[in-house]
Amino acid sequence: MNLHEYQGKELFAKFGLPVSRNAVITSPDDILSACKDIGGDKWVVKAQAHAGGRGKAGGVKLVDTPEEAKEFAKHWLGNRLVTYQTDSNGQLVSSILVEECTDIAKELYLSAVIDRGTQRIVFIGSSEGGVNIEEVAEKTPEKIIYEPIDPLTGPMGFQARKISKVLGLDNEQTKQFSKMLSQLTKLFISYDLSLLEINPLVITQRGKLHCLDAKINIDSNAIYRQPEIQAMHDPSQEDPREAEAAKSDLSYVSLDGNIGCMVNGAGLAMGTMDTIKYFGGSPANFLDVGGTATQERVSKAFKLILADPEVKVVLVNIFGGIVRCDLIAEGILAAIEEVGVSIPVVVRLEGNNADIGSDILAKSDAAIESLNNLEEASKKAVELSK
Amino acid sequence: MSILVGKETRLLVQGFTGSQATLHSEQSIEYGTNIVGGVTPGKGGQKHLDIPVFNSVHEAVEEVEPNASIIFVPAQFCKDSILEAADAGIKLIICITEGVPTLDMLIVKKKIDELGVTLIGPNCPGIITPGEAKLGIMPGSIHMKGSVGIISRSGTLTYEAVKQTSDLGLGQSTCIGIGGDPIPGTSFIDVLKMLEADDQTKAIVMVGEIGGTAEEEAAEYIKDNVSKPVISYIAGQTAPAGKRMGHAGAIIAGGKGTAADKIKKLEECGVHIAENLLQIGTKTKEVLG
Repeated sequence: MNLHEYQGKELFAKFGLPVSRNAVITSPDDILSACKDIGGDKWVVKAQAHAGGRGKAGGVKLVDTPEEAKEFAKHWLGNRLVTYQTDSNGQLVSSILVEECTDIAKELYLSAVIDRGTQRIVFIGSSEGGVNIEEVAEKTPEKIIYEPIDPLTGPMGFQARKISKVLGLDNEQTKQFSKMLSQLTKLFISYDLSLLEINPLVITQRGKLHCLDAKINIDSNAIYRQPEIQAMHDPSQEDPREAEAAKSDLSYVSLDGNIGCMVNGAGLAMGTMDTIKYFGGSPANFLDVGGTATQERVSKAFKLILADPEVKVVLVNIFGGIVRCDLIAEGILAAIEEVGVSIPVVVRLEGNNADIGSDILAKSDAAIESLNNLEEASKKAVELSK
Repeated sequence: MSILVGKETRLLVQGFTGSQATLHSEQSIEYGTNIVGGVTPGKGGQKHLDIPVFNSVHEAVEEVEPNASIIFVPAQFCKDSILEAADAGIKLIICITEGVPTLDMLIVKKKIDELGVTLIGPNCPGIITPGEAKLGIMPGSIHMKGSVGIISRSGTLTYEAVKQTSDLGLGQSTCIGIGGDPIPGTSFIDVLKMLEADDQTKAIVMVGEIGGTAEEEAAEYIKDNVSKPVISYIAGQTAPAGKRMGHAGAIIAGGKGTAADKIKKLEECGVHIAENLLQIGTKTKEVLG
């Protein structure tokens, strides 16, 4: 799960990390008083949406008057922000963050991730901030430091000094950074983060470190124990079908094609998409019905797939390990009856109780192609999608 | 021979009396697995499936001497259950449960490495040595004793590889699903090392997927350390970037972890690539000659 920048900064502030004075508004009328409350004579207004590259897309602006801020808010609120990281629909802007203007002397980069290689939380720092870090890593790898944190010791002073050296900090800043590193690690662990990125982390004209941005992702597996994060969830930032799927505990990702897929297991679901492509078709979605697929969940999955108007045929591919194929067969029939499916359905059942499942489908009146060979089933689905 | 599990395996089931554990324990027993006990705190002293239930792994170890444990407890309790089994001295632990928080696994992994414990999973189908023992949720009937060792990050994709190699008469030595999480207890390399040393294994099938760099690291390892032919299929060639494809670990992030990158690296290191999942079996047969 992702957070908005303003939510990330709320968490930063809570952990004593330096962020700008700010306010969040959801109506253009509130922005004048927000600017006054913050004070100063320049403000930065930032469209809040789950997307990287907001600045380049016009979603961030430096304004000289509260009226200008209001114009910005009028333009963006309720509008969709399209950046190089979003699809062509973009992301809904549901609020605007107004901040006091910061005088920047230098822009740096700092992030923390759970690194699979070292199996540690790793901090990544660079003297090059405000730019795409992947590019820095490629062109000038010497400007980046990767520092893994031992879970037993937590971040140590020497590690803060190591990172500070690469960031080019002076003695005072290094002391400030040492505290930041410790607080960021606490924040990372307390909220089960999977990513924390401050790009840019800046040095102000007065020589202080300051967090100008806050990007936070939370480990979805740990959301259950993070009530504060749950309350920050913004459903407007999600694909409506993906959000609907998540409610039923189904993994669903929208794609561009016209063959709806219902598969058990994430790997096989990807493999099925690849197979469709291999035979010249195009998958409409990724959908994993999961390990404990009940009849209700299968029905739900069917409804999700059929809600996509592009879908011309549905390919169901089940290899029963945990899932019993007879349950899936009953679910398919129940869903077809409940939803009233008017497009062809190709089903491939294999594994646990596959014979019983195939029997159930064969004996039904529904228009189902039941093939227990994935190659034939995929080819059939592709043929029917043309 | 085979690896990690066989006729000598004495299995303990943690979370034994739950519905999933019960279903899969019944199937494992039917397959011939020797389940010696189960653990469900608060239900010690009872019998379930005619097998004794204990309140703790320590009690079970004392009474029935298991040498492996399989875990079916809910995700929020897995850290505790894995560490309990490890603390009680069990050296092979399989965690089936999906959804374990990554930071829990970060601690667990450090601890089990310290204790010299092999953990398979979490979020995995388990491990099977065909004809000997099934410690997991895979359908036993598709397996056949044979010469192919199978390692995979995905459950159902493992079954595809198994079925194909069975249908072609090759069979399997041992099949291990290492799981789809960012921090798995056992890596591809750990299993490659064991399969390379196993006499029964003549070829190795490695099923990977998008996300992370485990396949690339395995490729490097294979180049220098594995003499047996390795056949690989990578799922997610059509997956979009930035989206988690079900498994917590299956995501192309920052342009890294694509199927194309992995396939390229594997090919460079001499691994045979099955372009499509339907070709895993035929490719293996072709390589074995």
